[in-house]
This record gives sequence, C-alpha cells and structure tokens, in this order.
Amino acid sequence: MKANVLELVRNVASDIFGIPADKITAESSPETIERWDSVQHLNLVLALEEKVNVQFEPEDIEQMKNIGAVATLVEKRQSATH
Amino acid sequence: MNNSTPNSTPAEHNPSSLRAEVDELFAQGAFDLAARRLAELWRCDAASATASFVTSRLDELRNKLALTKFRLAILRSFTVEPIAPLLRSEAFAYGIDLEVHVGDFNTYVQDMLDSQSSLYRFAPNAVVLAVRADQAAPELWRDFADLAPEVARQAAERVVRGYEQWISAFRQHSQAALIVHSLERPPSPSLGVLDSQSEAGQSGLLRQINRELRRIAGEFHGVYCLDYDALVARHGSEHWHDERKWLTARLPIAAGYLLPMAREWIRFIVPLSGRTAKVLVVDLDNTLWDGVIGEDGMGGIKVGSEYPGAAYQTLQRALLDLSRKGILLAVCSKNNFDDAMEALEKHPGMLVRAKHFAALRINWTDKAQNLREIAQDLNLGIDALAFLDDSPFEREQVRAALPEVTVIDLPKSPLEYASAVRDCAVFERLTLSSEDQQRTEMYAAQRRLTEAEQSFQSKEDFFHFLEQEAELEPVSDLTLARVAQLTQKTNQFNLTTRRYSESQIAEMAKQPEWHIFSIRVRDRFGDHGVVGVAIAHDEGEQCEIDTFLLSCRVIGRTVETALLAHLAESAARRGRKRLVGWFLPTKKNAPARDFYQQHGFERQEINGTGSLWTLDLKRSTLRCPDWIKLKVTTASELGGKN
Repeated sequence: MKANVLELVRNVASDIFGIPADKITAESSPETIERWDSVQHLNLVLALEEKVNVQFEPEDIEQMKNIGAVATLVEKRQSATH
Repeated sequence: MNNSTPNSTPAEHNPSSLRAEVDELFAQGAFDLAARRLAELWRCDAASATASFVTSRLDELRNKLALTKFRLAILRSFTVEPIAPLLRSEAFAYGIDLEVHVGDFNTYVQDMLDSQSSLYRFAPNAVVLAVRADQAAPELWRDFADLAPEVARQAAERVVRGYEQWISAFRQHSQAALIVHSLERPPSPSLGVLDSQSEAGQSGLLRQINRELRRIAGEFHGVYCLDYDALVARHGSEHWHDERKWLTARLPIAAGYLLPMAREWIRFIVPLSGRTAKVLVVDLDNTLWDGVIGEDGMGGIKVGSEYPGAAYQTLQRALLDLSRKGILLAVCSKNNFDDAMEALEKHPGMLVRAKHFAALRINWTDKAQNLREIAQDLNLGIDALAFLDDSPFEREQVRAALPEVTVIDLPKSPLEYASAVRDCAVFERLTLSSEDQQRTEMYAAQRRLTEAEQSFQSKEDFFHFLEQEAELEPVSDLTLARVAQLTQKTNQFNLTTRRYSESQIAEMAKQPEWHIFSIRVRDRFGDHGVVGVAIAHDEGEQCEIDTFLLSCRVIGRTVETALLAHLAESAARRGRKRLVGWFLPTKKNAPARDFYQQHGFERQEINGTGSLWTLDLKRSTLRCPDWIKLKVTTASELGGKN
C-alpha cells in the first residue's frame, strides 16, 4: 500500500470521525474509534468516492474493517478505473 | 494580512492549513475570524469530508455569530442523511445557520396529513418533499409494460390527486414554504424508442404529472417546484445514479452528486431566508471584457460574438437576466472615467450599456470605499451588495473590509464566468413583482428626482411640484406577493421589522380584526409601484399597528404621513379610541425612530426591545397632506372582506 493513499484516507477519516489525523493509524477500526458507526461508515465511503473519483463494490464496503483495509481498497479501485 | 505582491492572492491558504487556522482562532476566541476562515475553507474545498469538519466547528460557533437561522424539514423516499452536512456547510457560506430535520422513510403522507406529526412539531420555515418517481408513481415506474393505456392514464391522475391532497393538507397545518421535487423520467423507458412516439408513453405520463405539479404549486401560496428531472438531466442521468448505493443503502445519488443536490436546495433556501443580494457590482477590465481599456484601447479589448470575446458576452447576457429579475447592476472599476465610458457606450460588442447601471464608480479609489458609496447612493445596506471581480486581490480586500458583501469567486477561465454568476444563490427569486422588473428604470427616475429636489426653495414647494398620487387598498391576491416581499426586504423605514411569508399574510388577511393595507405611489417622475405596507389589528378600545413600513425609494416625501393618517381615520371609524404602535430598533431602522413622535403620538412604555407609542384618536389632528392625492379602495370594491 502506498503511503500517500494511507495519508489521504487518514485525513478524510479525521474529518468524518472528528479526531486528529495523527491519532489515526492503519489499525484504527470501529473498535478504537468511537464515532465509527454504520452512518459514519457510509459517510466515509462517500467522502472517499467523491475525493478520488472511484466507486466501491458492495463487497468492498463490508471488507473495510480498519483504516488500512480501506486504503488497500481505495488503491485497488483506483487501479481498476484509471 | 501580509502581501508584498499586489496582484497575487493575499493569503496562500490551502485546505489543511485553513483547518489548523480555524481551530487556532477558535481557541483564541476570535470567533468572527474563525468563521471567515471556515467559510473560506468551504469555498476552496467543498466536499463531503470538509462538510463534516465545517459542521462540527459550526456547531460550536453558531451561537456566537450573527447568522440567519433557518429550519428545514426534508420529507423523503430515499437516504438524504449524507447530504445534510453538505447542505449546512453551503448554507453557512451564505450566512445561514440551517437546522435540518429529516422525516422517516416514506412517511411523508402521514407527516403531511397529521397535524400532530414530528414535521409540524419541528416548526420548519421550509419543507422539501423529496420523493422519487419509483415511490410516487410505482406502477408507472416499474410495471409500465403491464398497463393498458387507459389504466396508465388513470394511474397518472391518481398520482396528481395524491399530491394535491397532501399539499392542501400541508397548507392547512403549516405556513412554511414547500418545495416539491418533480418526478424524473426513466433513463431507459420500458418500451425503448417506442416510448418517445407518444405522449401517453412512460416518459410522457411522467412529464404530464410534472406539468400538473407546477400547476398545483401555482395554486398555493409558498409552494414551489424543484425540477428534479432537469437537475438529473443537467448532470447526466448515468453519472447521477448509483445503483450499488441504491440497493445497499437506499441512496440513489452517486457520491459526486450529493453536493449538486444540496446546492439545488440552497437555491430555494437563500431567497426564502432573505439572504439575497439586491445589487451586483461588477469590475470592467478582464471581467466584462478581455483586456485593459486604459492600455489596450477600444480596438484592443475583446468582447463580441467570437471567441475569446464571446465568453464575456455570455457573462453580459447573464447580467441582463439578473437585471430583468429586478437585481440592480453597478460598476466599480479602477480606470480613467472617459476611457471606460467610451467602451461602455460605444464598443460594438457590448451587450450591457451605461444605462443598465444604477450606479457607476470609475476612479482610482479603494474598492471597498466605492462599494460603501454605491450602497449609500442606492439607499441600501452594504449587505445588499454582491461583488464580481476577476482579481483575487480585490476580492480578498473587499472580503476583509466588508464581510457583509457577497463576493463571487470567479473561476480561472472566462468561459465559466457566466455560470459562476448564474449559480450564485443570492440572485435567486421565487416570485417576481412588476416592481422587480421595472426597478432599473425607477432608479433612473430617482436620480432625476434628486436633481429636481435641490432646485426648490421650500420642502412644501417641492412636494406640490411632485404631484404625488397614492392609492391605498386592502391586501388582495394581486398585491400579496409584493406585500410579503416588502416585509421581508425593508430594513430602514420599518417600525417593527417583522418578516412575513405570503401564506402568513394571507392567513392574517382572513381574520376580521386584522387590517392589511398596501400603498402605491406615482409622481411626475414615474410609477413607484407598491412601496408601503401597514398591518394593524383591533383589540378592545385600541388598534395596534403590527407593521408599518415604506420602501426607501419614497421615504421623506410624506407618503408615510398619508398612510398613518389613513390607519388613524379608519380605526376611528371602526370605533377605536386609541392607535398604538411599537418602535423596535434594529441596526438599520434609525430613519423610522422619531416617526411616532413627529406625528403626535405619546410614549406609553419603554423596555429592552423598544418603545410603545399611543395616539388618542379623539384629539388627533393627523391628516393626509394636501399635496398628496389619495385614493382609497375598500375591500368591497375589491370583492373581499374588511
């Protein structure tokens, strides 16, 4: 996974979950981030889709168990569409 | 702000430094500046993630800022929750603190019919009815191929009747504005190209429903149509829709189009909340034409039907459209006056001419100072101005000096200038009065009048010379929109500054003890249209003035005395003993402060919000000045009550 993609996901997650980006790591997940519920999960997905102009498959969204997994999927969809 | 190079953007801000700056300013307690930076962040990075940041900071700032509060309820057949932060951020950029209530999925019918529903408990200022065709007309949307033509036609009629019933119930329970989404047509009609061959096809019937929705909207006060079908078409149906999100999250709109949806709602919310601009002040060089007139000359600047001048003509066409909606145009340009006027009057490619502008400031003075003078010239508050300039430097200066002015960010390419103006919600209007359409000419008449006034010995001579005629009449369907508009827009000569919607005025007019008058004024310089409103209600022995206002165009020419005298005479005729009224001071209504005192009222009470004045009708000598020819129309002549 490229560092800049992880960086981008951390920044978006920081806005969505309302916590500083430097407190978010690849391992951060709904267990460690209080506001990460199903509503904010959808908001995270939409914000990323808008930002990098990709579309996730429904299966992708279920696999987004932590920030690292989200970044991996962003990369996967980016290479699929561009 | 530091800037060494005058032609660059004064502050080089990027989204992440702006975020940090907002939090820093907030921690220092510099709330106004924090809010300005927050709005700047939104302007340079309007997106879903930013919206989360903006709304979270806004929640902490909102009570510390002078924002216009507005309550919006969204009734819906699909997921709209992710749009709410975008909507609130966009509203914030227009100076509006938006509170959003979202109804449950598909409970819009119950919500509108039941006067006790959460919708009405929320007490919204406006309601959006965001229902998609698959829900509003399921047979036409899904099962069209199975329907006999007659059955399909009946289904369409049923849909229309449904809307008619809900909307009429809504109007009985609430005076809020209602914005109804039209139904989109299917991207792939069930019969393929055959569908386009008849008006009774799937698309044809949905189009017919939309026509009926526009008719219904026209029949109720404060009900408006949002052309959802056209919105989707503008962005492209295939891009707009996201089938995956629809099937997994009931969200039919793709991530990239949630912002355009929010912005379409904002185009209604801004005029409904009164945050509109009344004047657009434009720069000249590289804004109305390509080039610098002082250097390039008449032959060097480019504006015309060919590229690159064509982009500037397209912008000028957008300006003329604004002018037809009653928005005044003005020029503020750093130039030699004669150079600029020659281009404005004589350049063959120009569509806007000097006569289209209500005020001109062509000089080398600071633009903020010129804008202040333009507002004064036109008798308007500084917040009534919008500013269009290609220079980021000038824009930033105006933003810093006059934060009340709406500054429009022009994109880099002149090809996008016209849409930047057309997309700016401060120019949206939901109704148009004949006054709006004639405003530019009326201001020209005003200029001639000011010149005349200066040549008279006494005020009385001048008043006689004016040959003013005033027509007073109870509010009617013909004047309702204008009366509501005046209560919403008049700031200076306004004793109580109470804002009313059309439906609130209509509701008041039905009450026998309430009396609502409008006054129309003509003089030798022209017809000013309906320029004043008085609302009063009887209670026991007294008649209380609820609202008394006059457009700034006619202040100080004793029309206000004529209107007040009529209130007093008609109250006495109805057997009232006293006429009373509050003066509620605001930042802007100082011109009305001494009004009651000057007309023989005595102060009865004073408290934290204002002062209460009373006039003994038996002893009153209040009369219509003899230089005004007053014509009073009664309700029976109009065919109404009173």
